[in-house]
Amino acid sequence: MELTGAQIVVKFLEDEGVEHLWGYPGGAVLPIYDALDTTATKLQHILVRHEQAATHAADAYSRATGKPGLVLVTSGPGATNAITGLATAYMDSIPLIVITGQVPTNMIGLDAFQEVDTVGISRPIVKHNFLVRDVADLAETLKKAFHIALTGRPGPVLIDIPKDVQNAKTEYTYPESVNIRSYNVVTKGHSGQIRKAIDLMMNAERPVFYTGGGVVLGDASAQLTELVRTMGYPITQTLMGLGAFPASDAQSIGMLGMHGTYEANLAMHHCDVLIAIGARFDDRVTGKIEKFCPTAKIIHVDIDPASISKNVKVDVPIVGPVAQVLEDMLDMLRHEKRKPNSEAIAAWWKQIDEWRSIKCLTYQPSTKVIKPQSVIELLHEITKGDAYITSDVGQHQMWAAQYYPFDKPRRWINSGGLGTMGVGLPYAMGVKMAFPDAEVACVTGEGSIQMNIQELSTCLQYGLPVKIICLNNRFLGMVRQWQEFFYDRRYSMSYMDSLPDFVKLVEAYGHVGMKVTDPAELETKMREAFAMKDRLVFMDIQTDHTENVYPMIPAGAGQNEMILV
Amino acid sequence: MRHIISMLMENESGALSRVAGLFSARGYNIQELTVAPTEDETVSRLTLVTEGNEQQIEQIVKHLNRLVDVVKVVDLTNGEHIERELLLIKLMATGAHREELKRLADIFRAQIVDVSATTYTIQLVGNKSKSDAFINALDASLILETVRSGALGIMRGEKRLQI
Repeated sequence: MELTGAQIVVKFLEDEGVEHLWGYPGGAVLPIYDALDTTATKLQHILVRHEQAATHAADAYSRATGKPGLVLVTSGPGATNAITGLATAYMDSIPLIVITGQVPTNMIGLDAFQEVDTVGISRPIVKHNFLVRDVADLAETLKKAFHIALTGRPGPVLIDIPKDVQNAKTEYTYPESVNIRSYNVVTKGHSGQIRKAIDLMMNAERPVFYTGGGVVLGDASAQLTELVRTMGYPITQTLMGLGAFPASDAQSIGMLGMHGTYEANLAMHHCDVLIAIGARFDDRVTGKIEKFCPTAKIIHVDIDPASISKNVKVDVPIVGPVAQVLEDMLDMLRHEKRKPNSEAIAAWWKQIDEWRSIKCLTYQPSTKVIKPQSVIELLHEITKGDAYITSDVGQHQMWAAQYYPFDKPRRWINSGGLGTMGVGLPYAMGVKMAFPDAEVACVTGEGSIQMNIQELSTCLQYGLPVKIICLNNRFLGMVRQWQEFFYDRRYSMSYMDSLPDFVKLVEAYGHVGMKVTDPAELETKMREAFAMKDRLVFMDIQTDHTENVYPMIPAGAGQNEMILV
Repeated sequence: MRHIISMLMENESGALSRVAGLFSARGYNIQELTVAPTEDETVSRLTLVTEGNEQQIEQIVKHLNRLVDVVKVVDLTNGEHIERELLLIKLMATGAHREELKRLADIFRAQIVDVSATTYTIQLVGNKSKSDAFINALDASLILETVRSGALGIMRGEKRLQI
């Protein structure tokens, strides 16, 4: 059937099974918005209040569901506003598809109204991008974009469509498959390498599993859990990996890295075999590279060859999809006659339990002032540990990661790699849209929430009753913490002056606001908030501004050089 | 160590900027760069020269392979290969220098490809060290303009870079 480019976009998205599209209209994308009005049957468009929020919401939708997140914005400022969201998704390998309008092809390069070089600007922060110059290429390009975004190491893909291409007509048939000769995805790990890994694991005396976001993205949680339980070894998870293995399991020794647990970081430092799965040896995890895991042989399973030996040289690299590689490992283990060295492993656990016994996440409770950690613990209790928790970036993010143990994957939604303040509320919107019946809470701070607070309006329009847990300490807490530790307590620009009355603000947006200052009231108020199933509730919780995130490995220090309190 | 990395990439607009952007974004250095069409009109051959230790070069090759527009990559330095660059150099050639420069060109098996009343333009084909040696042998005050193509490379024997 003959369709316009704009109609092809809409028809293709529906044929591809897309249900939600986040966006904001503008001149260069009007034909597609018109087609949404006239052609769309199942596709729901969610009108955000700022394009950045569209990208974050679609990103979170993807993180929670595993499906691609879809964004539609106009040229120029529409595209540049989407850039932070693209970079956020890129750093965490999220399959986001961003469609941008562009000025007509004959005006490209003439500094036309609302023209920017979208493909050029976005190039370093996307997995791939396209400028569609001919409507005949449109459907196939869209299919390629989905294929590239979702396969291999996932990532965002941008498609820039000039307005004349949106208006031009051509025959449309849905491309069932696509072949890109220069893009080949590994489907299986090398069996010889997997065998070597098994040998190392079997002979290990002080082994540790170190797993990351790749396990979540690769839907390998079940295989990982089986492997870890089969071996009986300790496991530590990165900020991005939380939930892939249940945190409540005794074999879990918590998160590692800059704000990881004492036992996790010391186990890393002293291990003799490190089994890294879907993790990328980020600097927030490794600390000073020269001091990283000094005695370990390292196995690294990753879908992206470029991740292997990028920061840390590894001994047994295995390139492949995590789920398949772990499947193969489990298969080999079923035929394995050797057993792990039970004596050495018992001694290793004894050592780890000793480290554990210092209880590094203990904090001083108070009846006078609300401790931020206690808010997260209460949130965990009230939501029975089964909510989707989104967070912004800063101290509250670390406390959420430390004090809300995640037992399931895709429940912890945060910006790990880019560390983007302002993601929390749009992230909560994205998750709530995907799972309307699930409990969704956004843990944020008074700094981060103001970076995308306009989305309260979107939440009202689309009925997204998320709960906002704002740890308000009147400071950019993480900045203040670094200034306290490393800048002689010169709190340059980290105090949040002239804060709005959040309760009134939220009420003005049509939602429910609560201010909590008394620790004794906290539980009642929070239960009240979660009892309001169909209302968005913003809890402005006044917390102790002197509280810091511990433990902490100062930047440039080794994993064994933690500040405990 | 100096490496010559050669690749076939899709003849798409922006493909070159993806390669160049990768190098600048990751702090790698491109010392020489050439791009031209091949017998297959859908791909271009890009050859670049970069410096790095083994681990850096391995990362560069992996990241190049990750680019969707890059079809095939080879580090020519890893095997037997032929390296060539074209040097065009314009020299002040007057008086006694005219004869002297012609002799020097002969020694290096270079050719004088353009002549004016006061200048010679000389063409030399060879690897980088040959061009360097020729330039070093010249009286620097006579050099008016230097144009070097950057390295091209091809594997020896029956091995070839193909799709």
